[in-house]
Amino acid sequence: MAIPAPDPLHQHGLPTAGIRRRLASLLYRRQTLLLLLLLTPPLLWFGVVYLGSLLALLMQSFYTFDDFTMAVTPELTLANFRAIADPANPLFGANIDIVLRTLGMAAAVTVACALIAFPIAYYMARYARGWQKGFFYIAVMAPMWASYIVKAYSWTVILAKGGIVYWLVQALGLNAVLEAVLSLPVVGGSSLSTSNLGRFMVFTYIWLPFMILPIQAALERVPLSLLQASSDLGARPAQTFRTVMLPLAFPGVVAGSIFTFSLTLGDFIVPQLVGPSGLFIGNYVYTMQGAVGNIPMAAAFTVVPVLLISLYLALARRLGAFDAL
Amino acid sequence: MHSEARAPLWLKLLAYGGLAFLHFPIVVIALYAFNTEESAYSFPLQGFTLDWFAAAFGRDDVLAAIWLSVKVAAVATLASLLLGTMAAAALYRRRFWGKEALTLMLILPIALPGIITGIALLSAFKLLAWEPSFWTIAIGHATFCVVVVYNNVIARFRRSSHSLVEASMDLGADGFTTFRHVVLPQLATALLAGGLLAFALSFDEIIVTTFTAGHERTLPIWLLNQLGRPRDVPITNVVALTVMLITMVPVIAAWKLTQGTEAVAGSGK
Repeated sequence: MAIPAPDPLHQHGLPTAGIRRRLASLLYRRQTLLLLLLLTPPLLWFGVVYLGSLLALLMQSFYTFDDFTMAVTPELTLANFRAIADPANPLFGANIDIVLRTLGMAAAVTVACALIAFPIAYYMARYARGWQKGFFYIAVMAPMWASYIVKAYSWTVILAKGGIVYWLVQALGLNAVLEAVLSLPVVGGSSLSTSNLGRFMVFTYIWLPFMILPIQAALERVPLSLLQASSDLGARPAQTFRTVMLPLAFPGVVAGSIFTFSLTLGDFIVPQLVGPSGLFIGNYVYTMQGAVGNIPMAAAFTVVPVLLISLYLALARRLGAFDAL
Repeated sequence: MHSEARAPLWLKLLAYGGLAFLHFPIVVIALYAFNTEESAYSFPLQGFTLDWFAAAFGRDDVLAAIWLSVKVAAVATLASLLLGTMAAAALYRRRFWGKEALTLMLILPIALPGIITGIALLSAFKLLAWEPSFWTIAIGHATFCVVVVYNNVIARFRRSSHSLVEASMDLGADGFTTFRHVVLPQLATALLAGGLLAFALSFDEIIVTTFTAGHERTLPIWLLNQLGRPRDVPITNVVALTVMLITMVPVIAAWKLTQGTEAVAGSGK
């Protein structure tokens, strides 16, 4: 005997089912209505709350800050931007130093990340097979997601005087080398944890996974046949690498560099924990809005990383990085 | 390239060396959490003890910070699951004016430096005369967590076949029943994975939080404040290890969950 299967049509034999069903078919027939219903909450959140906040911030960058009363008044002025962009302004020198210091670090970190990431990504994409693939992926993902503040903290432990790096340097008898490096003008400092070298190492470490994964993704997409064709046509492996592989992997490098560059530009925790005392853009913005209470100046300064990143993104787009994301 | 060939030794060394570099600071934190030394970071380690775990988890400020972070992450995760799924459902099949702009808007909170999102939200809260509180932290976190859920869910939507939905409708199920019995099971692991990632992202966030938290102290902020206090080193080490584990485990779980989902039912069509 056949048991009647529950029929979804009559499963909900309650009076409310009629309304529910009418509503359901209304939404199915009027896809635009459904779309609107689905889109309204995210649109309200992002279009109104978030974008509104960003615009309010931009607006405030034109407000006036009174140095004597420490009060912000909504009188529009370009003074904040002049302090960043006008060489005749007395604040220009100090401000441009902050920008250049941050930019220099972001560039150095990006190059270092690309150099370290490439061999890892290359191995992952081209040689890792079977269990190794999953292993490498997790081994890159886990440190990438592991707590940012703990990773930064861990480096202060590693670089501390009497800590692991100093112990290792001593054990290998490299004291003289370390001292020589630390006495160099720009990279050096009184100790590893107060030198630009130390800060550079921490930044490079923290953003490295953000460089590995896009390069790996770009390399994965290079078709095998292209490389075979190259070698069939007589190219040596090194030639194939340089003329076929590298150009195809380059958008991946650019995609990764967007992360390393932009993340370094906006960071204010690492510069606070490791390295010499000169301010970064992030630290400057943070002190301006917090301790000083000069929100207009802080707001104007946030335009700097946004502009730099937009320029960088425009460049990256021309280099084809967005296809590799 | 050479799926049959073996990697040259130098490349293998560089690759595994890179992995070792990535894990080295994590191992260091794990080791120092068991160290007996109280006020410095000297190496080799002084001795092994489990006492600091009891001490750390007996401290009210630590427990309060953990609890606050868990609550914020839970609320932010829920909000981003809702918003992210709605946005993904709306955007994956239809083309309409402003779609690109909307996608960009979802990505913006993680593409822009956190300091900008933080200060923008803070100044907006000030304009609205909202005091920084639990809710302002949660709103900030949800803003940058949505994209994680969105990415996971839209990827799953794209791989699953719409004909299953049509089949369900043809067989007489209405939109809600179809959602409940066809769409939701397909999305389940993507939602779980996205939710886990959002939780990890929120639990660890510090840059936006420093702006929106006011006097509240989430666990990362507690840690940051702690870094200037040499006498609490052992407690800090234990909490650091805890935070590290809480942020790493969800990521590994999320990866496991989305393994092999290229073959979702109906994706071949």
